[in-house]
Amino acid sequence: MPDKKRVLMQGNHACVAGAIYAGMRFYAGYPITPSTEVAEGCARRLPEIGGRFIQMEDEIGSIAAVIGASVAGLKSMTATSGPGYSLMVENIGYAYMTETPCVIINVQRGGPSTGLPTKVSQSDTMQARWGTHGDYTAIAVAPSSVAETVTETIRAFNLSERFRTPVTLLLDEVIGHMREIITLPEPGECEVVERVKPTCPPEQFIPFEMTESLVNPMPAYGEGYRNVITGLTHDTMGFTTNKPVEIAPKLDKLRNKIMRHVDEITRLRTEFIDDAEILFISYGSVARAAFQAAKIAREAGAKVGAIQLQSIWPFPDKELMELCARCRKVIVGELNMGQVAIEVERVLPRDTEVHTLLRYDGEILTPMQLLEKLDEVL
Amino acid sequence: MGALLEKIKIPHDRFEMRLSGSGGQGMILAAVIMGEAIGIGGKKNVVQSQSYGPEARGGASKSDVVVSPNEIFYPKAMRLDLLLAMTQESLDSYYPDLKEDGVLIVDDVLVTDFPTDKYYGLPFTRLAREEAGHVMVANVIALAAIAELTGIVDREALTNAVLNRAPRGTADKNKKAIEIGFREAARLKEKKG
Repeated sequence: MPDKKRVLMQGNHACVAGAIYAGMRFYAGYPITPSTEVAEGCARRLPEIGGRFIQMEDEIGSIAAVIGASVAGLKSMTATSGPGYSLMVENIGYAYMTETPCVIINVQRGGPSTGLPTKVSQSDTMQARWGTHGDYTAIAVAPSSVAETVTETIRAFNLSERFRTPVTLLLDEVIGHMREIITLPEPGECEVVERVKPTCPPEQFIPFEMTESLVNPMPAYGEGYRNVITGLTHDTMGFTTNKPVEIAPKLDKLRNKIMRHVDEITRLRTEFIDDAEILFISYGSVARAAFQAAKIAREAGAKVGAIQLQSIWPFPDKELMELCARCRKVIVGELNMGQVAIEVERVLPRDTEVHTLLRYDGEILTPMQLLEKLDEVL
Repeated sequence: MGALLEKIKIPHDRFEMRLSGSGGQGMILAAVIMGEAIGIGGKKNVVQSQSYGPEARGGASKSDVVVSPNEIFYPKAMRLDLLLAMTQESLDSYYPDLKEDGVLIVDDVLVTDFPTDKYYGLPFTRLAREEAGHVMVANVIALAAIAELTGIVDREALTNAVLNRAPRGTADKNKKAIEIGFREAARLKEKKG
């Protein structure tokens, strides 16, 4: 077999490649730095393969169009940055409630408000979990390389279809804008999950039936099935309900369809963790600095390893507890004021020291800063 | 405290370069071309990253290219093996990041104040305007000079990468720019011995 073609690809374009591989055929968005190249890539590629690209009037319209296209049967996505994500959160809640699959790319920049358009940040990590109001369970994945951005975008679509829920792909400015030499997956190389459609006669279809899997088949509008969707809390037929016996089960469904399968969603990468006494915990661009720092520290004889959270929500409680069981100290590095650090403190036993190295000045954490912190807590 | 820091060594399996100047001088595009020239035909890993301000023109702009036979963890430069500075401001900002034996290449018309006498100076911007026919190809002249002075990428790979990225109708100007870069750098190398 001939060698696969090597390309120098940008993180944002890797999103486009991954999404199209996963079958995405509808993109609606409003350009915003540092995510604009995702829209540019979709505008170029989608018309070539029979897909649709729409630049909407704003981010509210963009996510509304994405949800509409998904209900009409297409795998759909949008890309934005923090200010745009803030505008989208109301309708993302609508997607949670109506159980509509879609993928939202957030290439993070500094905030709050319009903040720092060209500067890196990871300060929307909690927003991806709690952005919209109400009780729900969110899925968010966070690649830290261009190659991973391709595969995690594919996975974001798979998870979205598998659980009928919106999935956020958290990138940061560094990963979105940097370019790396990669080879793209061949057709068939990566798993692609297709939407499950109803097979029963239309008159027997119960759109939100309480089944064992809690995830219902989803017809496209126009296929003959009656599929009522509303943001109001609804019964199994999709009609508005105020009955306590129907309200709680609906909310349980939204949570349990995901929480029963955390193992399927969780993905972590570990480096140098055998016999490690201290572990770095990080994600996105910071994970790259942490792997580098751990490598340098190992060469200097320190028993140090690094864990990258490739998926952040649902938080990988069990896996993190197991991986950190034998270590005395962890250092959480992130580009915010400690959004994941809070989760790590919640999960790890009290006798594990949780140290933090937090940067929110628009620059990436460097291996040297992580090594200095390591030296301080050793 | 300090015991670990005394023992650590900066990795030797990386070649790190930074192309820096002012927004609009094409430093990011130059780094992308360099990344493609080294990475696509070869076997090495390449990461190209950048930082820039919100302005389309002006403001500081820099782009890093890291090359390694191994997996590149940290995507940005740590200690520069090569610094290209197209303005005084970029030289002042990034010279401290250059290794002691690192290669410094500057536009010696736009830079007037040198922190060291160990540098290669060429008038990239003037050469582009007066000889190549357009100020916009100063970045391509600089790329060819880097190739000639360091050997980090071979001529053919660089030429292909430049032409692959050149907008329609600019191939001739870009070819000329590459020739000028190789020629001037070779002359400079000879002069310095």
